Amino acid sequence: MPAAGVVLIIAVVLIVLALVYFVVSTIVSLMRITSGLDEAIAAVTEIAEKTAPVEAVVKDINRNLDAGVDLLEGLLVKKAGLVDAMGLVEGLYPGAAAAGLRNFPDSTEVEPPRIAEVYTKGTLTLARLGREAPIAAASPSGPVLRNVEGGSLEARLLYPENRQSRPERLPRSPVVGTGAPVQYPPSEQRGGTTPGEAEVRDKGPWAETAAEGIVPAELGGSDAPREMLADDRELGSEALGETTGSDEPATEAGIDPAAGDEADATTDRGPARPDGEEPDLKDAAAPPRQVDQ
Amino acid sequence: MILWWIGDVLLIAVVLPVVVYLLKGVLDAARGIEPSVTRIAQAATAGSKDLDAVPLLLTTQEHVKTTVEVVAGYGGSLDVIIDDAE
Repeated sequence: MPAAGVVLIIAVVLIVLALVYFVVSTIVSLMRITSGLDEAIAAVTEIAEKTAPVEAVVKDINRNLDAGVDLLEGLLVKKAGLVDAMGLVEGLYPGAAAAGLRNFPDSTEVEPPRIAEVYTKGTLTLARLGREAPIAAASPSGPVLRNVEGGSLEARLLYPENRQSRPERLPRSPVVGTGAPVQYPPSEQRGGTTPGEAEVRDKGPWAETAAEGIVPAELGGSDAPREMLADDRELGSEALGETTGSDEPATEAGIDPAAGDEADATTDRGPARPDGEEPDLKDAAAPPRQVDQ
Repeated sequence: MILWWIGDVLLIAVVLPVVVYLLKGVLDAARGIEPSVTRIAQAATAGSKDLDAVPLLLTTQEHVKTTVEVVAGYGGSLDVIIDDAE
């Protein structure tokens, strides 16, 4: 075989080898692509199946929401009027009035009143609820609902009078105890408050007696000097009590803390009775009658 | 004999390189598609998994319907108890 024939054969073999390598590599690559596409197609099919009912559901949701919006817009405009409705919308959501109401194209041309700045909260509701209410009635001084200062008070006056209009006319709360601005002697402190001149006039002479004390000090009342009081220890200051004249808490100083929760006034506190004397029981409660038992 | 040699030279110097160039181009193109297909498959799988929440739309649909019914009842009541503006 000539040398040229040998070279020819070698060249053909090289070409065939190149063809085999590249074609086989291409086949392997295409097989991988096919596998990947199968996976992608399966996932896309799943997506299509899952999203199939979405359109109908979303349309139904939108239809219901549209009905709700129509209802609320219609109700608002029907009850408040287009102008006030836009004022309410603007008051709740500043800037929203510019967008207008969907079912009322004219609403974009309305200049919304400053309802949120003029009306007290609830005043408009009261006005709408009761046409006969004073706040909705014609007034010589103009529509009170538009009155910034008068609108709130007129609305509150619909309710029973209390403190809302004249708090300055109510009496101040009384101050009692050692910090009270006026201190009374013990003889005037028993049996409630000491009647004033007006109360004495209203109730009669007996109230005047109470003002002077049931037993004045000069007649031997409890705040009389010690030498004027009877020699009866049971009626001493320990039994009747007296003004301590001190701001210190009575509980710490007056009760023996050693007794604790078991403290008993008859054993841990009370007047010291002389030995051999019987207790005076004339004020003790009488037992029930036999017919009542 | 000279023609044989000329044929050999053409085969080795021209035909073989052209064949190799063309086949390599096809192989490179095929290998370039592979990552793209893989990414597409991954994205589709992830998208399908994200759509697992779609059945919840049915619950949303029921809630919206119920809410609108309540709003309608409330609005109807207001329509009865509140006077119209005009």
